[in-house]
Amino acid sequence: MEEKSNKVVGTSPRRKDAKAKVMGKAKYTADIYESGMLVGKILRSEKAYAYIRNIDTSKAEALPGVEAIISYKDVPKIPYALQAHQFSLDHAGQEDHLIFTDKARFVGDEIGAVIAIDDLTAKKALSLIEVEYEELEPSLTIEAALASKGPWIHEGREHNILSDLWGYEDGDVDKAFTESAHVFEGTYDTGYQQHCHLENHVSYAYMDSEDRIVIVSSTQVPHVARRIVGQALGIPWGRIRVIKPYVGGGFGNKADVRLEPIVAAMTMAVGGRPVILDFSREECMIGTANRHAMRIKIKSGVSEDGKLKVLQGEVLSNAGGYASHGHSPTLVAAGKFVNMYETEAVKVENRTIYTNLPIAGAMRGYGTPQGVYALESHVEDIVTALGLDPITFRKDNFIKENFVNPANGMITHSNGVRECMDRGRELIDWDRKKELYKNQAGPKRRGLGMACFSYETGIYPIAKELGGARIVMNQDGSVQLMCGATEIGQGADTVLAQIAAEVLGIPFDMVHMISTQDTDITPFDFGAYASRQTYVTGLAVKRAANEVKEKILRFAADEIVDLPVYMLDLQDANIVNKHNGQVMAPLDKVALASFYQVDRAEPTTSDVINNAPVNAYSYGATFTEVEVNMRTGKIEILEIFNVHDSGKIINRQLAEGQVEGGMAQAIGQALSEELLMHPTTGKTLNNNLLDYKLPTIMDVPDLGVDFIETYEPTGPMGNKGLGEPPTMSPAPAIRNAVLDATGVAFNRIPMNPQRVFERLKQEGLL
Amino acid sequence: MNRMQINFTLNGKDIHLEIEPGETLLEIIRKRLGEIGTKKGCGVGECGACTVLVEGRPVDSCIYLGIWVNGNDVRTVEGLAAKDGNLSEMQEAYIEDGAVQCGFCTPGFLMSATAMKENGRKYTREEVKRALSGNFCRCTGYKKIIEATEKGLKS
Ligand code: FES
Ligand code: FES
Repeated sequence: MEEKSNKVVGTSPRRKDAKAKVMGKAKYTADIYESGMLVGKILRSEKAYAYIRNIDTSKAEALPGVEAIISYKDVPKIPYALQAHQFSLDHAGQEDHLIFTDKARFVGDEIGAVIAIDDLTAKKALSLIEVEYEELEPSLTIEAALASKGPWIHEGREHNILSDLWGYEDGDVDKAFTESAHVFEGTYDTGYQQHCHLENHVSYAYMDSEDRIVIVSSTQVPHVARRIVGQALGIPWGRIRVIKPYVGGGFGNKADVRLEPIVAAMTMAVGGRPVILDFSREECMIGTANRHAMRIKIKSGVSEDGKLKVLQGEVLSNAGGYASHGHSPTLVAAGKFVNMYETEAVKVENRTIYTNLPIAGAMRGYGTPQGVYALESHVEDIVTALGLDPITFRKDNFIKENFVNPANGMITHSNGVRECMDRGRELIDWDRKKELYKNQAGPKRRGLGMACFSYETGIYPIAKELGGARIVMNQDGSVQLMCGATEIGQGADTVLAQIAAEVLGIPFDMVHMISTQDTDITPFDFGAYASRQTYVTGLAVKRAANEVKEKILRFAADEIVDLPVYMLDLQDANIVNKHNGQVMAPLDKVALASFYQVDRAEPTTSDVINNAPVNAYSYGATFTEVEVNMRTGKIEILEIFNVHDSGKIINRQLAEGQVEGGMAQAIGQALSEELLMHPTTGKTLNNNLLDYKLPTIMDVPDLGVDFIETYEPTGPMGNKGLGEPPTMSPAPAIRNAVLDATGVAFNRIPMNPQRVFERLKQEGLL
Repeated sequence: MNRMQINFTLNGKDIHLEIEPGETLLEIIRKRLGEIGTKKGCGVGECGACTVLVEGRPVDSCIYLGIWVNGNDVRTVEGLAAKDGNLSEMQEAYIEDGAVQCGFCTPGFLMSATAMKENGRKYTREEVKRALSGNFCRCTGYKKIIEATEKGLKS
């Protein structure tokens, strides 16, 4: 008899948290109240680059209702890294940040803070603080930073280069160029993009009766936050407890540990009374992270028969005033030279540069969207120049199954990228429309474009990947599942519960998910980043569920049923004969006995922290059709499809939701979103949702989504990363469609109407 | 400043409060009355996360003064389900169609969509979008929100 599956994986049960969210019952950080909560507000630099020579707080202190004022003078001078996951015992990382600074490195940098009885008083107090700046010449572009004579933005970082390490070279580049029939060069620029999660950053903290610091925070990485707060304050990590309630979106921005050290310092300044730090939207948009603006130069060589022989290039990345995730997104962008197309030779150099601009950090895709934009634009330039078919060229040159990444040794086990391209071609009716749109001349021109990508799930082998899961079986056979990884809106709780139910052989509703992470209680896990949770944490859940299943089957065999354990299985919450499906005992009866059997009570639990030394490539492609208004420069997306190979899809509805949301963010990146800074003062000009052009419901076209389900042998259920991949290929696909429509190659995004208009004018196309 | 007395109903319950003239409806709902379902994403009328219904009409409660609701009927996301806990058709549609991700925009969308449903009009897709264009969502790309709203309007 065929082994019966519990059929939870591969279905779309209701999200675990959906009901709480539609009823307004889901509690986010700002929804939880501590009595006597004080309000903290940050004193931010008005200058892009300046030493703080003095800070006079006397007037503010005299204001009734002000409880404390703290500044760089009052906090430990222990530099720490804001970034979440790059910590290892032998590599210290980029520790360039203090809780408060006496050297402002961008407009908005944190100098000090007020703690007051309410919002209004705190704001008023801020305006009464007098700061004496000694201004320095700010570096407001990468070029200016590199040309600067100092003082360096961070001491010891000469020429403001945060890092230029880990360039990569493989094969004989010069020889490959000599042998190439055609050589192409291009430079591609991307802008500052902001996450704009609907819930701004917010944390509050207090000290408990044992003088431990309890921090409730909207974070993607509670366990990491605990470590960084400990480091920043120079106190033992065990004295810190971080609690993560529901989170209103993060997209990488809440993978920086930014507010937690500050709010911990705040509560310490007022004797442990609770203090909340609740960023306004304006603050959130200057004082947190952004997507790195990058300039990527590419030179390529192509053989007569259309083989991409060699890629050479440079990735320049603007880190802003502090490292945050620093050089890593730059390296990920540079990785596209190696892990998309298989060439004979490759050489890439990377430089991440400090500037006196807002900080760049982790944002969904983590350098990949920039790298893919550059490379897929470049590939389109090649095929356009040579009159080659863009799909055929990509299919011929893209990496295949069993490809071993020469830079890190990772092997590609599953690869559906070619099938993604085939499906996309079909969905958008590529061949017919291509024919139709030849030789257009009117004021509105249509074009087709596509692009594809590869993406590494998780961060192994750069750093360790641990996932944590704990399962406790109740008297009725249902279980509590507790994971160290975090639900931030992406649906992790639901798919992890599906994995548990599938392995255990119980209905989805019998898995009770504990959504809140609490570092005192939940198992250790690095958190939500790198599209890792269903993959890395999923492995932990699978192992934990298998352990519980084994234990309860053994108990059943020993105490309840008349079959040896190797003949038993769990299906639909019954202990069954594995070979004929016959029900031997209902699970609830066995579970009850496991608690109360007089001779042998043995409640069933498992507690797993799983080391996952694996990685898997996800793939996908975007196909789009655009119409360009040649008079106004407006680009309209008529159709757009993302087709993904993320291995086995565990929950189709949630997967579609991830893809649709990611596509909308990428459309914003391609067409409208850019944080703008004043060219001489460095002040952010559009840090609000009116002037920053976040796509509204009117701006997003109908989004088409499909999946090619390969089986990834390293994933817990054949799955691999999906959260970030949707953001990777839409921007170059749109750019390539615009090239198809107009003949103009836009090598800078966003392609907003003003930029497009000016360029079309320049090209004499108006 | 002179504190003022206001009377209104919140999800059918009579409320009598003395407030500062500058207090917003959002502050009153969240801070004074402890109803935390209504969210704040900007505080200045840009994002729609704070949408509530005043006399059946959606307003951004973060820029709506408390004194303006004197004598009015105010509804928030907490008032959508029936007394017995049964979800409204719009709530059900949002769950079924996967319109909820982080959920921070959800209460605002539900209030806008509920106002549409209650006025009994028929909406084309374009009109659905227009009616929801005051609400931002960063997670969903809006597709499932549009579909769920249409389903909720029909059922
Ligand atoms: S919080 Fe009211 S519109 Fe954003
Ligand atoms: S679901 Fe997160 S903002 Fe809409």
